[in-house]
Amino acid sequence: MKENVEVGSGLKRLPKAKFKKTKIERNENIAGALFVSPMLLGVSVIVLFPIIATFILSFADWKFVQGLDQLQWVGFQNFKELLGDDIFVKSLINNGIFILTVPLTMAFSIFLAIIIDKHVYMKDYFKVAFFMPYISNVVAIAIVWQVLFHPSAGPINQVLMSIGIDNPPTWIADPNFALISVMLIHIWISIGFNLIIYIAGLQSIPKELYEAAEMDGANAWYKFRNITLPLISPTSFFLLVTGIIATFKVFDLIAVLTAGGPLHSTSMLVWHLYETAFINLEIGYASAIAVILFLFVFLITALQWLGQKKWVNY
Amino acid sequence: MNSLKHINIKKIIVTIVMFFCSIAFLLPFIWMLSTSFKIEGDVFTFPIQWIPDTWNMINNYNEVWFGDYPFYLYYWNSIKVAVLTTLVSCVVSSLAAYGFSKIRFPAGSWLFLIVLATYMVPPQASLVPQFLLFRSIGLFDSHLGLILLGSFSVLGTFMLRQFFMGVHTDLIDAAKIDGAGHWKIFWKIALPIVRPAVATYAILRFIWTWNDYQNPLIFLRTDELYTIPLALQKFTTINGEFYTLIMAGAVSAILPLLIVFIIGQKHVIEGIALGGVKG
Repeated sequence: MKENVEVGSGLKRLPKAKFKKTKIERNENIAGALFVSPMLLGVSVIVLFPIIATFILSFADWKFVQGLDQLQWVGFQNFKELLGDDIFVKSLINNGIFILTVPLTMAFSIFLAIIIDKHVYMKDYFKVAFFMPYISNVVAIAIVWQVLFHPSAGPINQVLMSIGIDNPPTWIADPNFALISVMLIHIWISIGFNLIIYIAGLQSIPKELYEAAEMDGANAWYKFRNITLPLISPTSFFLLVTGIIATFKVFDLIAVLTAGGPLHSTSMLVWHLYETAFINLEIGYASAIAVILFLFVFLITALQWLGQKKWVNY
Repeated sequence: MNSLKHINIKKIIVTIVMFFCSIAFLLPFIWMLSTSFKIEGDVFTFPIQWIPDTWNMINNYNEVWFGDYPFYLYYWNSIKVAVLTTLVSCVVSSLAAYGFSKIRFPAGSWLFLIVLATYMVPPQASLVPQFLLFRSIGLFDSHLGLILLGSFSVLGTFMLRQFFMGVHTDLIDAAKIDGAGHWKIFWKIALPIVRPAVATYAILRFIWTWNDYQNPLIFLRTDELYTIPLALQKFTTINGEFYTLIMAGAVSAILPLLIVFIIGQKHVIEGIALGGVKG
């Protein structure tokens, strides 16, 4: 705004400057609208209206195969049913357990990041190597692990049996181990991303701090505990939040590897939503699940905004 | 001097240990690759044959690429969808990013907030109405629909906006005084400056689109339209126990992306580290 006034402020000041200012302003408005309108239009049609529709449909009882005239408004009925839906509750618990992968991934990643950042040659090779699972197609990865986890003939159990474990778990075929198996693969995939972010974070810590600590005779653990960990806390916080949000979006891995089974032991919110909407075709009920999913992610994001100042040492 | 030498030896040892760790980390990929070269009977032999006794590579890959579920077709579909999505997304995002950062108009800041707010919506939460909408306007079961779904990236807009903000306002004002409009300034001045950022975003968007499984699964029905991830999954279902073929398919699905990644390695890793972005 200021520049516009300056542009017009040379000569005959009053009438012309005013005219010019409004004209420039109008031009800026038009240009601005033109530049952002494709994005705005797209986001409205693809995200904004659908999410509003999700909220509205969550109060309806409607099956996809029925005509629109069969749609009935049922108030909070869908949400009440969710509470008594064993698979939904199971999925929610699984989502909760799955969050454990986030701190575990972070712990592995910071350890690897410190080693790769300072203590090895061929840094680029290591970055690429550990990043490979993250960049690879999840469908391909899930298929490979499915065979690796094969209960009797799979390489993993063959190795376990050869070292004397007679009854190794059947992994994704065993309801008690399936979720853990999926979590292991998720950690394996996520390490690359966390690692790259941590290395970037480590590089922003001033070297002088370590040098000063070394002069005082600090050991490696002391330096890690008192310099690295506090100074990398913004990065950790970021990874924690994005990591948790990412666990709510895990779909490909479940869909290809276990399809939520066996006995719903690997069902999660997003999978349950998919099954309800696109296999059982219950649009209203699925929308209620979507609303819950949205609220969770929204809550975590809001906590991130609030928490950033409080818990992070800059 | 002595201590320097000492440190180097330590570093070499750590590098060697880490190298073996990285190999262990990559064993699933190595197993996949070696299995894709084998004959079916050798897949589960123990101890594991890392280098196959009998090679059957040409047959396996031939079956994957030109068999009943021909991968060349799905490759073409994937390339088409990924390239067009990347292109449209880059154009839309950089236009919006310029508009939100370098044009001062009163509605701009709250419009940007709206766009940013949509980033909080997990994609699956809006899936059902998207599906209903696309069915009713005829975009269901078409590549155009897939491309549109991936083309409006809040993340891309946000990321590029950061870079456009780094373009000096003086530069733009000088151009304005010379009579250039915003289109010309965007095209001739701002865009060339942020080109590396656009390249980074383009590579990321390409990788994300290539790997996308969920949207094709829900928005495609016809076999001939399948993209690689979806085709690979169907291929696996059909070929059940033919693990060599399945692994050859998996290698084929991962390889081109790996090449894109290794070529654009610096861009990808920097881009991810910089914005801490995640698709």
